[in-house]
Amino acid sequence: MTASVTTSRGANHVMAALKDAGLAGFVALMLALPLVGFRTVEVGTGLSLETRFDWVAYGVIAVFIGRLILNLWPRNWRIQRRKDAPHVSTETHATTMKLVAAVGIAFAILLPFLPFADRYVIDLAITVLIYIMLGWGLNIVVGLAGLLDLGYVAFYAVGAYSFALGARYWGLNFWEALPVAGALAAIVGMLLGFPVLRLRGDYLAIVTLGFGEMIRLLIINWQGLTGGPNGVTGIPRPSFFGFPFAREAEEGGPIPFHEVFGLEYSTLHRFIFLYFIILILALITNAFTMRIRRLPIGRAWEALREDEIACKSLGINPTNTKLTAFAVGAMFGGFAGAFFATRQGFISPESFNFLESAFILAIVVLGGMGSQTGIVIAAVLLTVLPEIGRDLAEFRMLLFGAAMIAIMVWRPYGLLSRRAPTIQLKGQLESGTVKEPT
Amino acid sequence: MEYFLQQTINGITLGAVYGLIAIGYTMVYGIVGMINFAHGEIYMIGAFIAVITFTLLGMLGITFVPLAVLIVLAAAMVFTAAYGWTVERIAYRPLRGSFRLAPLISAIGMSIFLQNYVQILQGARVKSIQPVVTGGIPIIDTGHFHVTITYIQILIIALTIALMIGFSLLITRTNFGRAQRACEQDQTMAALLGIDVDRTISTTFMIGAILAAVAGVMVTLYYGVVDFFIGFQAGIKAFAAAVLGGIGSLAGAMLGGFLIGLVEAYWSAYFSIEYKDIATFSILILVLIFRPTGLLGRPDIEKV
Repeated sequence: MTASVTTSRGANHVMAALKDAGLAGFVALMLALPLVGFRTVEVGTGLSLETRFDWVAYGVIAVFIGRLILNLWPRNWRIQRRKDAPHVSTETHATTMKLVAAVGIAFAILLPFLPFADRYVIDLAITVLIYIMLGWGLNIVVGLAGLLDLGYVAFYAVGAYSFALGARYWGLNFWEALPVAGALAAIVGMLLGFPVLRLRGDYLAIVTLGFGEMIRLLIINWQGLTGGPNGVTGIPRPSFFGFPFAREAEEGGPIPFHEVFGLEYSTLHRFIFLYFIILILALITNAFTMRIRRLPIGRAWEALREDEIACKSLGINPTNTKLTAFAVGAMFGGFAGAFFATRQGFISPESFNFLESAFILAIVVLGGMGSQTGIVIAAVLLTVLPEIGRDLAEFRMLLFGAAMIAIMVWRPYGLLSRRAPTIQLKGQLESGTVKEPT
Repeated sequence: MEYFLQQTINGITLGAVYGLIAIGYTMVYGIVGMINFAHGEIYMIGAFIAVITFTLLGMLGITFVPLAVLIVLAAAMVFTAAYGWTVERIAYRPLRGSFRLAPLISAIGMSIFLQNYVQILQGARVKSIQPVVTGGIPIIDTGHFHVTITYIQILIIALTIALMIGFSLLITRTNFGRAQRACEQDQTMAALLGIDVDRTISTTFMIGAILAAVAGVMVTLYYGVVDFFIGFQAGIKAFAAAVLGGIGSLAGAMLGGFLIGLVEAYWSAYFSIEYKDIATFSILILVLIFRPTGLLGRPDIEKV
């Protein structure tokens, strides 16, 4: 490449690049030597060490060469970082998006009946839809209202446990428990939100994180109610308007689903039914978000995200407005939680740790914080990719963390980095001239 | 009374560790205005390097305790500082000037990355080492209850106090300290006056990492067990300490650390050990509600 340049300036450039690469290699050596170079192994009661200096050498050489190439790479060939604010989509773009959404929904409805849709595919699709719904729910809080919530999984847990425990102690079925789960999660969201929503962005983030941990610790330690670390088992499956998905009818119970419709018994029926429940729940979340963005409260959320002080001067009460965003987001988390409980049939505090919150947040961030379509793409990517790369399961979370950093560095506004404008003034700007205040 | 005294000693020891980590949070928040979420992981890496160095020294036959402790401290400080520098360089520096929450999200990514990095490299099992510093001084002996302060507790408290004094001198008396405080107030102005802002921020991260590494070594000596997950809880508690003391205030971070340590020790002793973390988080939330600037913090004025 530039090595052929013979002018002194070129030589200096190469020297500087070599020096910088050498420095990077040295830092890599410092990083790798203790943790990569030595591995602790248990020997009897004590510890012993194995060495892996070859790994260290490979790593240092890779960093050196990589940095050198990066330094000598012509400047105008580099990938541009996108720091600019998200584009406001134009009308043609909006039409394309509507078309994409319509095709997507049609595909989602047809999916269980397509020839390749076996039990595994449908199960995976259910997982994807749960995360889409959680992403959309969290999007109300993070994307629209601009409040970073690191404890979203707490509401998911509240929803799941309210159904699991409601079924155990009061014999609630899924459909009775669903509104209860949503309401309880919303109440918990308000209880948390009320004191902490006056805090600024990153303080709020840490408090919500602490709160998420508190809920998890409470579930683990309140063994009498929640079963502690062992979780709750035997959560009832949903029934189709009272008809269970079973091969045989229970003694004195209603006849099973397949007999009602005169179908062959198949375990797939239950999965397809679950799939449609979560699809409808997710679509309701989406429709709700799209509608509420056009209502005064939704407008207030987005205004608050952009400028809190301006909102205060206009008479919007920031605390109440944030509280509604928090409660609504929590409610959808609660619905998703109840669904999760009935789908798994078993829940334990392990499912509701901080990584789960981070995962949902990553979906929202990757999707572009505010873009509904972006969240769908992100949820599909983050859920399906690990399934394909199962051999890399060990490295899944490692890559996940690295991806979060990379996205913030290169595309901080997400993969799509477009979102629909909050308000569009049709025809007004072109025709009328702005009147100067007299 | 004896029991109370013993718990106070334990609480102060624990608090010293939290305080050392909390300084890292407070300094970084002061200079770049972000929560370095990966700081707990830096502490965990410090603890791991301590375990590895102890084991290595044991295999090399260096068993003279003061020498071993010194070598371990030095190794942990140097290597962990490299991690502190790299974390800032990779995950935070490119994000300056991005939107507010971007560095925090990037920091969460870094935290997840480092946790799994250590888990993959060193395994998920809990690593335990033989006690290195043993014995203690009995203070009160009533026959049925002994109050002891162990040598390791003395070491932790003394080292923390020494580091605090040295660190305060560094900030108030040296050129670096002046540059650091200047960058805290106004980075553009500091740059115009010839201060290398990037270098000052990098050094701040390295100092934070060094203090966290000391905390990691101390915990390794104190409990003798380390796993890849210890950074998360310790990080949140140290952050709570920083907030309690008033974020941005160094004395506040130390005070907050001691208070959180004491609360945790008393709560475990008198109420229930299971709910001690809930108690800590509740304190964090209560402080933020009633005194958002912390005990020693300056009020934060919002401007248009």
